Amino acid sequence: MKITSADVLEDIRRKAVQALAVREESNQSVQETACGLEKGTPHIQILCCGGTGCKASDSAKIVENFRASLSAHGVADKVDVVVPGCFGFCEKGPIVKIIPDNTFYTSVRPEDVEEIVTQHIIGGNKVERLLYKDPGTGATISDSKHMNFYRKQMRIALRNCGFIDPENILEYIARDGYKALAESLQRDSLEVLADIKASGLRGRGGAGFPTGVKWEIARKFDAPDKYVVCNADEGDPGAFMDRSIMEGDPNSVVEAMMICGYCINAHHGLIYIRAEYPLAVHRLQVAIAQAEELGLLGKNILGTGFDFDIEIRYGAGAFVCGEETALIHSMEGKRGEPTLKPPFPAEAGYFGKPTNVNNVETLANVPVILTRGPQWFASIGTEKSKGTKVFALAGKINNVGLIEVPMGTTLREIIYDIGGGVKNGKKFKAVQTGGPSGGCLTEKHLDIPIDYESLTAAGSMMGSGGMIVMDEDDCMVSVAKFFLEFTVDESCGKCTPCRIGNRRMLEILTRITDGRGTLEDLDKLENLAKVIKDTALCGLGQTSPNPVLSTLANFREEYVEHVRDHVCRAHKCKALLTYSIDPVLCKGCSACARGCPAEAIVGEVRKPFVINPEKCIRCGMCMSRCKFGAINVI
Amino acid sequence: MSEFKVSCKALRATEEICHKFHNDPGELISILHETQNTLGYIPEAVQRVIARELGIPEQKVYGVVTFYSFFSMVPKGKYPVSVCLGTACYVRGSDKVLEEFKRVLGIEVGETTPDGKFSLDCLRCVGACGLAPVATIGEKVYGRLNPSDIKKIVSEFGD
Repeated sequence: MKITSADVLEDIRRKAVQALAVREESNQSVQETACGLEKGTPHIQILCCGGTGCKASDSAKIVENFRASLSAHGVADKVDVVVPGCFGFCEKGPIVKIIPDNTFYTSVRPEDVEEIVTQHIIGGNKVERLLYKDPGTGATISDSKHMNFYRKQMRIALRNCGFIDPENILEYIARDGYKALAESLQRDSLEVLADIKASGLRGRGGAGFPTGVKWEIARKFDAPDKYVVCNADEGDPGAFMDRSIMEGDPNSVVEAMMICGYCINAHHGLIYIRAEYPLAVHRLQVAIAQAEELGLLGKNILGTGFDFDIEIRYGAGAFVCGEETALIHSMEGKRGEPTLKPPFPAEAGYFGKPTNVNNVETLANVPVILTRGPQWFASIGTEKSKGTKVFALAGKINNVGLIEVPMGTTLREIIYDIGGGVKNGKKFKAVQTGGPSGGCLTEKHLDIPIDYESLTAAGSMMGSGGMIVMDEDDCMVSVAKFFLEFTVDESCGKCTPCRIGNRRMLEILTRITDGRGTLEDLDKLENLAKVIKDTALCGLGQTSPNPVLSTLANFREEYVEHVRDHVCRAHKCKALLTYSIDPVLCKGCSACARGCPAEAIVGEVRKPFVINPEKCIRCGMCMSRCKFGAINVI
Repeated sequence: MSEFKVSCKALRATEEICHKFHNDPGELISILHETQNTLGYIPEAVQRVIARELGIPEQKVYGVVTFYSFFSMVPKGKYPVSVCLGTACYVRGSDKVLEEFKRVLGIEVGETTPDGKFSLDCLRCVGACGLAPVATIGEKVYGRLNPSDIKKIVSEFGD
């Protein structure tokens, strides 16, 4: 079957909508009473999260068990098992959702499946113990709409994630998929481009360059071969929004690339994706193949004479390849080293041809901007940052997961309302945004409305949207050192400030965490950081000092304590720790001495033991073995 | 640099992979991916074959192989262990997990056990941050790891 025109697409959409209607309706309503085959519910759908996070917790086995159990009970024809992309609430994964009553089961194990089938699917009673319990009120909440985690969210880029089956293009079409493309192809491409500009959409990969302006520049360079590149090289550790979009809604990326191609007169698309994301690669391949089969991709799309094809290129584990010039070199089969801009890729990119590079999340916003109108999009967010942003919330936070909020939401709302606060009731210390290029923000920044400008002004950056929460047990000097180890590892070595400067900074930080630092080292560190920021060649080098500069600005006292007092208040820097045994609390059980790998603990049974500081390697083994809390560390 | 003996069969397989990509130097990274998938690693002798097939200097191939962390010039273990050192895992104690893997396996990062069973590497984020700290052994992801779990996990592979 080929979709030869916009009218045929509309026919298919109407039919597909019916298949999705139950899910759509139940998404809008909340039903307190459970559905059940014995209660007369004619048809039930089971949605099992198929994202990478839940798959790591055996969600594939859950799907398998559901199918087997439904067959065994002879109800397989009345119940569909659907595997959508990420629901976002990774902390409580694997997630299983039951339609039409919209029940949201959390932390499901493969062995829970039988109970869900007999009790809920057939019997019509919810399985209480698998429902979400609000940690604040203790109340049981059976649908996602009423969970604090989802309440403040606004899902635009993630609109289809966790809702549609990403491997079924018809479900995407049912939710107005490819409608924006069909409409765009009937309009003048300049008008479409004007809409993207008017929406105020900015690049979600980090720098925040206006997408419409980027397209306009790319359009100006005329050439027979031009390229639309999707940057899916999500290298920020702790950021997984692009992966989730590709896994949960790959067609939105495909459609947006075509719209971009139409606007800038390009007919070839390339997706550069990390090899570490096998599931996302698979889902993209399926989406491309299905779009080709329906004639939505290829020659003479929807009978308009517009041609477009998409190929996938693989990364091979180099963070710097997220930088667009490095990415282009990597796609050409070379070392992924950046080059000086100009010339910008818009003028001379992939094999010297005009190339437009956009990030996954940016592209995922495009179709919906066109179907709902640029004014609608521009009405969301702050003055200069429109729309929403997806953040990957991780670290020491109760609700780890993927969230999408309007620009201008405060960090406090994200961390406390959506994220449920800091884990184990510890005290909040910092939140790191923007990955290795970003900075650490503190308590005093919690109430600033988040957008590109405000985060930069606070000494961090939007980045791709990783947000790592840290508590009182994290040492900020060690955190800065951790990020620098990453940049030193990932520096491509082309320019001197990044190659040598970062290494020198790492040496200074290592001295400080080893207790050999001096106060002058702090000034040296700051100067060096500023020089690297000003002189490095590409984005990686220019932003690599950010974690150091922001921790120096916000946590200078911790640095000073390390060098002056030889104290690490978070007890992270081994060289600065002294372990001792409290003779009053010690029962003389000898557990510590038996566990000590350095044989540094001596004593007689039933009498207090003693640690020999000369021999102690500060591994903390004694502390984890002592049942009486007798080990002190300062 | 150590030299590994490579069978004629492996070299022929490499040639075939190059042919599949029409000996196009622009496809070098795809060729390396497929070669590594087939052979498990990309030793010098194999790089020489690729260079000859694509008509590019050997140092170009070597330069690309060593640039990307995904490519390895030494054989990996039967069960490759990768400990995630992404930020989310780091703040949840992945450094201790890595230390324990080193201790239990008796190897350093980048090495393979003498019996060829395990190799140890680090990676930066598999995107399963909700399960931090995580490690992967082969395709399987192990989440919410505690250093005390490692010995048991490794022993699961005791065939």
